[in-house]
Order: sequence, then structure tokens, then C-alpha cells
Amino acid sequence: MSKPILSVRDLRVAFGNKKAPVEALHGVSLDIWPGETVAIVGESGSGKSTTASAIINLLPGSGRITGGSVWFDDVDVSSLSRAEIESLRGKGIGFVPQDPMASLNPVWSVGFQVAEAVKANGVATTKKEVRERTIQVLRDAGLSDAEQRLKQFPHQFSGGMKQRALIAMALAANPKLLIADEPTSALDVTVQRVILDFLSSMTRETQTAVLLITHDLGLAAERAERVIVMYRGEIVEAGPSLEILQNPIHPYTKRLVAAAPSLASRRIESAVVEGRSAVDAGATVSESVPAHAAEVVPAIEIRDLTKVYPIRSGVFSSVDFTAVDHASFVVPRGTTMALVGESGSGKSTIAKLILKLEAPTSGSIQINGADTTNDLGSRDALRLRRLMQPVFQDPYGSLDPLRSIESIVSEPLVVHQVGDHKSRHDRVSELLDQVSLGRGIAHRYPNELSGGQRQRVAIARALALKPEIIVLDEAVSALDVLVQDQVLRLLTELQTELGLTYLFITHDLAVVRVAADHVSVMEKGKIVESGTVDEIFANPSQEYTRKLLDAIPGANLLA
Amino acid sequence: MSDYLTRNDHFVAPDADHSIGEVDAVAVSDKVSNLWLDTWRDIRKRVLFWVSAVVVLLIVIVALFPGLFTQVNPTKCVLDFSNAGPAVGHPFGYDKQGCDVFSRVIHGTNASLSVGLLTVLISTVVGVTFGALGGFYGKWIDAVLSRVGDIFFSIPYILAAVVIMSVFSQYRNVLMVAVAIGGFAWPGVARVLRSEILRVKNADFVTASTALGRSRVKTLFLHVLPNSIAPLIVLTTLSLGGAIVAEATLSFLGVGLPGTTMSWGNDISAAQSDIRTNPMTLIYPSMALTITVLAFIMLGEVLRDALDPQARAAR
Repeated sequence: MSKPILSVRDLRVAFGNKKAPVEALHGVSLDIWPGETVAIVGESGSGKSTTASAIINLLPGSGRITGGSVWFDDVDVSSLSRAEIESLRGKGIGFVPQDPMASLNPVWSVGFQVAEAVKANGVATTKKEVRERTIQVLRDAGLSDAEQRLKQFPHQFSGGMKQRALIAMALAANPKLLIADEPTSALDVTVQRVILDFLSSMTRETQTAVLLITHDLGLAAERAERVIVMYRGEIVEAGPSLEILQNPIHPYTKRLVAAAPSLASRRIESAVVEGRSAVDAGATVSESVPAHAAEVVPAIEIRDLTKVYPIRSGVFSSVDFTAVDHASFVVPRGTTMALVGESGSGKSTIAKLILKLEAPTSGSIQINGADTTNDLGSRDALRLRRLMQPVFQDPYGSLDPLRSIESIVSEPLVVHQVGDHKSRHDRVSELLDQVSLGRGIAHRYPNELSGGQRQRVAIARALALKPEIIVLDEAVSALDVLVQDQVLRLLTELQTELGLTYLFITHDLAVVRVAADHVSVMEKGKIVESGTVDEIFANPSQEYTRKLLDAIPGANLLA
Repeated sequence: MSDYLTRNDHFVAPDADHSIGEVDAVAVSDKVSNLWLDTWRDIRKRVLFWVSAVVVLLIVIVALFPGLFTQVNPTKCVLDFSNAGPAVGHPFGYDKQGCDVFSRVIHGTNASLSVGLLTVLISTVVGVTFGALGGFYGKWIDAVLSRVGDIFFSIPYILAAVVIMSVFSQYRNVLMVAVAIGGFAWPGVARVLRSEILRVKNADFVTASTALGRSRVKTLFLHVLPNSIAPLIVLTTLSLGGAIVAEATLSFLGVGLPGTTMSWGNDISAAQSDIRTNPMTLIYPSMALTITVLAFIMLGEVLRDALDPQARAAR
């Protein structure tokens, strides 16, 4: 126990050609002792994944180690030949990839792929042994009917099952170190918890050391004994998890801790003082101003909304799938309603129905008191579009890559024939200032911007027509914590300034607490619980809601 | 490195500037730009563009003004010179009929290039219409258009062109040949475009455009088509060569352009019987064909790269 199993010293990694290399890691040093779990935390581009791939010498593309050393079990990994490293991977160091959906080959059965890993690691040689070992691995992964599962293909496994199988595969050869690169970020929150529990119980049994790579400080602190915080290819702070969380010293870590929604316990409040009443009025509308409330028409009101999709099952036959099942809620003007649920719970379908991108099967939708359920005339439809704008999840997919930022942000103005060329240009500059991007960005293209910047451009586009309602479909899920925090603050400020109403669709309850006033929890197309954020968080009445709340990593660490 | 040798040390790196502005800052430029201006700025720096553009320009000039390049009459053939080698003023030598090969290549450019470009134009227009409408609108429109495409796809286009040219044998001209070939070559274009459209039409920016109130047709033309067209540029430039060769095949079978019209295709098919005695009569028109196709392919690729902001930024 006195000697570290993995010792990284002054590791430097560069990408690009020899003439103009771009250094991605500027001297990273860390130690991992047998049996312990260490987490590397950082945002995208911080070098956390590069560190992991450098350790097993699997750097992508033009990446190469330019300095320092990696000692694993008293062997310098960076000096090993290709064949020696190949025998080390799997046997000495196991690896769990980020996306289980993409990590299994869809054309081979799961059993075949597990057997392949078992053979490659040399844990079993004869056909019978390999088969037994393969079944054992799947059984370890928690698949009770492992023998039948052998012949199944990856698409017949759920995401969580695949990731458990991959973890079991990585541990099949009893490696001394397991590197898990964002093992749960592609999975639903409740599944995330199961996977992490599985990972820690498996590694505890075998006394395997774990290097956990994650962007989530709460998750890191909950699962690891020590946390290493990386920023731009350097380690900025390292130490025992709780100490880092409670007593961050480096300014970057401090900001990271402050921004992590899973650790926060209060709603973000706007710096704009005079506008605050709008949020408060929404949250307390029924108590403090009942007389006024009766007159106020809610921004969005849906009643018994149902959407049934026919799923084709044969050439002429189809089976009905109910995506949204009698959902009802009311969003008061100037407030934020969060719609929470796992993937497939129907929350995005509700967004599409409200935005009139799909037609409901039954039920009614009222926007500002006007019924918009049925087909509207083209003029009314255009007016409705002007009132209500969406912001989508994927900042990389929601902006047309062939158009400049100016053209993207001014498109709503062009469609609705607002102003002339000059006034549109001025409005674009104003909007870009509003989302704090600066007008110089107008002539750039989406691919030159980061995810957070793109999302702000999408918000600017949504604001162009001065809408009253914005539907945010997982609008911050793809962003790094600091940028996410920044975007959430921006949204709150815009809400108080402009009196906007938000419908906030997310799978992340942690974000709900910092960004919403009301919350509706969805499960399998039904709204199972709704109320104010404070009520739901303090006193969840449904088992499902409790499960979602428990799934927030690190939620209880600072309490 | 002593920080790491004891397990429970709390290491803190020296402070650097980590302000929020730096975390997500944008490099700002004030240069005015639009799609075409940016494309031009990028493309003019590329050697490949200038090489291919000059070659294409040269070929077009040759096609329009063959008299600028040769004074020799290509139809004035003297059998005395049958299959004779190069001579002064006749750099490529003579073919079997005693005609000047260089002059025939120069004068054949017009017909070959016209057939090629017209064929590509026809097949692209038809293919894009079918592929775009089918892919974007889906449902029964797609079912009908795709089946029509499959029917045309199942008929080898050379065979179809032979039939059409034999039926309309009194109209044996460039336009008719182009219609006969292009009218059956379009399903390939339609298929490629349809699959690209299917990929692009589900992107969020297309949904965003609908949510803005843009009509379906405008969304198709402004957002979906421009983002799906890139693979077509390569496909169409490649099929240019195919079209010129197809014309040669038709001429060889005697249903293409009439023998009095000079084209590379006519010359290539005529020279096939002399491949052992005088291979150069085959090689020169073939080289003209190869250079033309190569130049168009290169130009197409350079254009595609330059029009794509992502590829522009990567350079």
C-alpha cells in the first residue's frame, strides 16, 4: 500500500504537426494508490480525457507524449513498444468508454464481443473456459439471464445494461487500475446512480484502483476519495474530495463549486433589482395578490393534452404509442415552469405540441388565453410564432452551419418583415450585446464558436422578435458547468428585464432548483407530480420524484 | 513534485487569470463578410483553384473559338497521310482517314463539352427536384417519387438512350443526345440528395426555421438544400466524364451525333480499330477527355471546400 500503482510525472502531450505543435497538457503529475478512487474534474478542453488516453497510450489523431513519464506498476508505459502496451491494456489497466451506445459493435452479438475481450486478455483459452468466463462476466454485470443474453445484439440492451456489460468487460481480466472516462454522461440520471453504485461495488470487491474522469464536481466528490481539478491542461487544485468541496482555494475551483447546480440550493436571482417582483409575483401569485391573479391570464395553459404516435409494426398495421397522456399544467406569466423526466418520458413532445410543431391527438392548449389547439389560419399562426420561440438542446445542431451569425439572428426579423435592412442590423447588434457576445461576432460562422457561445446565439435568435414565451428544450444540458451557470444567469436576467415566461424542459433536477419556479415531473407520458420547486424538493410525494432527487450526485455532501 | 508524494495533501496551483470573459471569450473581428465574399477570399489563395480554373477556361475558349488554335481544316482529309506520324504543323499526326488529329481534337471540343454539360444539367435538375421533394416531404410523395426513380434506375441508361436515339433518329443533335442520356442518368443524383436531405431535415436549425414561421418550401430552399448539396458537387463533376463517354458510345453504335459532327467520342470510337497500328489516334482525344473531366472535378472539390465555413476554418 505504500507505493502508488500509477505515477504520472510532468506529463506533456501535444497535438498537431512537428512544426507547430499545440500543447494540450502542460506537465501533469498525479499518483494513484492501489484500491483508491481518484477523480479528475474539468470542463471540456481541460485535458482530462487527454490525460486518461495518454496513460494507456491511446491518444487520438496527431496527439503524442512530448515529455514526462507514466509509471504503472514500476514500468514506464511511455517507453513500451506497441505490443507490450497492448498486453498491458485490459490486463493491467481496464478502460470504460464514455458512450455505451457507440462502444459496442451493432452487427455482432454481445456474447461474441465479450468473448473477444476475454480471449484478448488471456484470462481463458479453451472454448469452454471462454464461454464460462463470458457468462460469468455478464452475470457480474447484473444480467440474471446471462446465458440467453449471449446471443442478443447491442440494440436489445438498454443503455444502462450496455454500460454495465462494458464495465464488467473492463474488469474481466482483474486489472489493477480502471479508467472510466465520463462513464455515465450519456445515460439517464437514475441509471447513472445505478451504474456508479455498480462500478464502486465491483471495484471494491477486487481492490481495483479507479481513475474517474468527469465534468461533474458533485459526482466526483461523492464517488472519489481524492479529486484533481484540471483547467486548460494543468492541475489547478488537488486534494481530498470533501476538503476541495468545502474549502476550495484556487479561484477556478471556487467558481466551479459555486456554479455546480448539483451543489447549489437556491434559485439564481437576477442582479436587476427592480425587475425582481416579476419572479416573486409568479412564485407567490396565489397567496399575496389573489385579487390580481384572477384577472391575469396564464401564459401557457394545457388541459388533458394527449399525443398518440402510430408505430408501424407491419406493412399495413400499426401499434399506438402514447407519448403524452392527459397532461395538464398552467404556467403563470413571467415565471419559469420546469418539465422534468427521463428520456422518453414525453417532455420534449409536450414542447413540440405547444410550439405547434406537431398536432395533439386530444386536449387543449391555450397561449395567453387564446386557444391554439387546432389549425390556425396562416396569419394567426405567424402571430403565434412571434409570441413564442424555442431554444434547442444541441448548440451544434440548432444553427445553420452555412450562415453567418448575423444572418441567423436576423432571420426571424426577415421572416416577419420587421424593419428594413438598417434597423435589422441594429437590432442584431443590440441582441448580441444582450446575450453578452459583442457585435463583432456578427460576421463569424457557428463552427468558430464554442457550445456556450452558440447557445447564446440561439437565445439571441429566440429573443429577436421580442417574444413573451420561450420554450427551452434541454437548452443547457450540453454545456459546461461554468457556461451553463452563465447562460442560466443570462436567462434569469432577461426574464426579469423583459418579463419572459419560460417553459424549461430538462432531465436534470439540479438545474431545476437553480432556474425554475414551478416544476412538473413526467413519467411515461404522464405528469406524476407538480408544484413549486421548493415544495417538490422539500417534500416529494412520489417515489419516482424521490428517485430523481436522489440521483443528483453530491446533493447531500454540503448539507 | 513533492505535493503528490503524500496522499492527502491539498495542492493548489498558483493563481492565473481565469476570469469568466476568458472562459468563454470570442475573438472578434470587424471584417465585413458574406458567403460569396468569404468564399472568394478563401478560394483565391488555393493553387488548385487557379490551375483547374485556368484549364476549364481554356477548354471553354477552345470550344467556342477553335479557329484560334488551329488553321488546319479537320474535314479536309487526304488518304495519302493515312495513319502518318507527326509532321510540321500537324503535331498529333494523322488518323486512318488521313485527317489531322490535333485539329479534330480542337474542333471536337465544342460538341463533347456541350453534350457533357447539358447532360449534367438535365440530370441534376431532374434529380434534385425528385430527391429534394421526396426526401423533404416524405410520406406518399416520397413513395411515388422514389419508385419512379427506381424504375428509371433499373433501366441501364445507355440502353435507354440507344432506344430513344433510334426512335428519334431524325433529331440527332447535341440537345437530343443530352436529353437521352440525362433523362435516364438522374436517379443516382436523386438518391444521393434524398439521403442527405433526410439527414439534414431533422436538424434543430430546420425545426427552428419552422418555429420562426418560415414556410416549408422556403425552409427547404434556404436551409435544407444548401446543407445537402455538397456530395452532389462531386457526383455531378464525376458524371460529366461519364456523359462525354456515353455520347462516344452512342456515336460508336451509330445512333449518337451524326458522323459529320466532330466530337471526341466519335474520334475515340473510330480509333478503336487502329489501337494496335496507330494508338496515338486513340490516346489524344482520350487525353483531352481526361484533362477536361479532371479539371471539372478539381474545380468542383475546391468550390465545395470553399463554400463550407467549417472546411474554410480548418485551413
